[in-house]
Amino acid sequence: MNLKDKLATSFSVLENQIGGTDPVSNIRTNAIKQFETLGFPTKKLEAWKYTSLNSVLKPDYNVFAKKEKALEYKDVKQYFIHNIETYKIVFIDGVYSAQLSETSHEGLDVCLMSEALSKPKYKEVIETYFNKIAKEDDSLTSLNTAFTKEGAYIYIPKSKVVEKPVEIIHFATGVEDALLIQPRNLVVVEENAQVQIIERHQSLTAHPVLTNSVTEMFVAENAVLDYYKIQNDLQSASLIDNTYISQKRQSNASVHTFSFGGKLTRNNLNFFHKGEYIDSTMKGITILSDKQHVDHYTLVDHAEPNCESHQDYKSIFADKSVGVFNGKIYVNRIAQKTNAFQQNNNILLDDTATINTKPQLEIFADDVKCSHGCTIGQLDTEAMFYLKTRGIPEKEAKGLLTYAFANNVLESVRIPEVKTRINKLIAQKLGVDLGFNF
Amino acid sequence: MLKIENLHASIEDKEILKGLGIEVKPGEVHAIMGPNGAGKSTLSSVIAGREEYEVTEGSIEFEGEDINELEADERAHKGIFMSFQYPVEIPGISVTNFIKTAINSNRKAQGLEDMPANEMLKKIKEKAALLDIDMKFLSRSLNEGFSGGEKKRNEIFQMAMLEPKLAILDETDSGLDIDALKIVANGVNKLKSADNAVIVITHYQRLLDYIVPDFVHVLFDGKIVKSGTKELALELEAKGYDWIKQEVTA
Repeated sequence: MNLKDKLATSFSVLENQIGGTDPVSNIRTNAIKQFETLGFPTKKLEAWKYTSLNSVLKPDYNVFAKKEKALEYKDVKQYFIHNIETYKIVFIDGVYSAQLSETSHEGLDVCLMSEALSKPKYKEVIETYFNKIAKEDDSLTSLNTAFTKEGAYIYIPKSKVVEKPVEIIHFATGVEDALLIQPRNLVVVEENAQVQIIERHQSLTAHPVLTNSVTEMFVAENAVLDYYKIQNDLQSASLIDNTYISQKRQSNASVHTFSFGGKLTRNNLNFFHKGEYIDSTMKGITILSDKQHVDHYTLVDHAEPNCESHQDYKSIFADKSVGVFNGKIYVNRIAQKTNAFQQNNNILLDDTATINTKPQLEIFADDVKCSHGCTIGQLDTEAMFYLKTRGIPEKEAKGLLTYAFANNVLESVRIPEVKTRINKLIAQKLGVDLGFNF
Repeated sequence: MLKIENLHASIEDKEILKGLGIEVKPGEVHAIMGPNGAGKSTLSSVIAGREEYEVTEGSIEFEGEDINELEADERAHKGIFMSFQYPVEIPGISVTNFIKTAINSNRKAQGLEDMPANEMLKKIKEKAALLDIDMKFLSRSLNEGFSGGEKKRNEIFQMAMLEPKLAILDETDSGLDIDALKIVANGVNKLKSADNAVIVITHYQRLLDYIVPDFVHVLFDGKIVKSGTKELALELEAKGYDWIKQEVTA
């Protein structure tokens, strides 16, 4: 049975399991129809021109894990930002792990989507926010919507400034031969509230894992959302991340995506502006090798006047790796005084690596500042020589220059421990000891 | 210490050095002067190990060892340092982090552990004071937005930190006002000892008022055409390079 047919069958099973109490039953049914009509995206679609899912869709995935495997904290501690206090929402093979998690209902909700879907007290929030900005014409998003079952549910009430960051971590243990995980997250940050979220998908197995994740985030007036995605997965794991962020007046949302591993990663990152004086930031460092493939597909919908967006993606490719950057900025006719900046700089460390980069600006207002710049280059030979004359060997010199190239993206990281962690991952990925503390 | 014989070097099949010879002993200061295009910067690049240059004939020995096949970093590990005419700007790496990496790379090559942090800091403070460098300056990104004088001072600071046996100062005086020149020269003089040597490569005699050479060589068309003592530099300053050209071509 191919994956599409298998999904149709699994959907019936899921519907029967949930029964008549499902508050999102109609949404689910529409979504599966939508997916069945659209099917998996192919390279024929402009948005998927440079990324083929063929090899990723081949394994015979189980749509839900049937077996369970527990993990000890000490064995997976390294994947957490363990030197600070955090809330933790942890899933093992798509199933919530109470043992590894630290959720809360004290003055906020850091808990589970399954809880939000099943308890009456969350009904209003679900009705107001669930599937309101996730793109219906996106087949993978629809697929996720149809299978909505588990994920993170984060609700930050008015004026609450959350001091501890929230970590969302998905582990795959290999208990199934091949596993499809479809997390569905909902994050609501009310007026004047602030929250920081760190997300990671981590496979611990050589068995294939495909994650198709959808996250909807609503950032209300004057609220602050600070979101970090750490993607450093094994070669057996692939990720399709669909993130939709809706912002209201004077809110500030930033997403940092650090992509250092995984077989194939597609980051669909969408910002929608629903008010004036909004600030949106999307930044990324991508360092790939070993045939890895990362596709950053961003959209900023400047629908209102006086908003800003800042986009800065730095990427380094080696050893048959492939990168795609497609950054779309849409400025509505009424969105005067928009400031939209986009920067995408790439270094190809050898001639087997590929980058496809495409800025896409659609501007319908006349009083705006929009800039975009994209570069593709190699490491500067003069700089290499300079470093070597100081006794720094070739490999370390390359590492240092690569680090220097990417490092300004880290300036806007507001959690020092995350910054340190990313620096370590960069050094690890480049195979160098950078010889200093960051 | 350094012995160069009959050195021929080319870049992209264009021969720049055409049979150059020079010998530098510990404790000596040599000045290499010459008009533009004589091959001065090529010489410093070739000694430091720049890959783009190909040595087609002759030899470069450092402490009795042929170093022609060594990479630039391996030459640095042996104690060769070059101060760049145009130091490279590296945004994102502070001067301090850069010099720490350099010091520890050299120590690693010598089979030593990383320098302890307190020792490193002490050394940085000491050498910064020597060159009248503000500690705040050291946390700035390497050479980024530095003035000409700051860049050159930073080069000499790196030299002070790395304590090379042989330092090649390539046009260190260019872009310096007289005060910066004095500071840089003063730093170089303080670092001088009986065990190390300096090659000053310059177009003008000015720097040699402050770093006094034991020997002065005139480089012209890829060869040393005249050698003498510091008086030769004064003569060049007074008469220009034309008489040398005439002597050579005569």
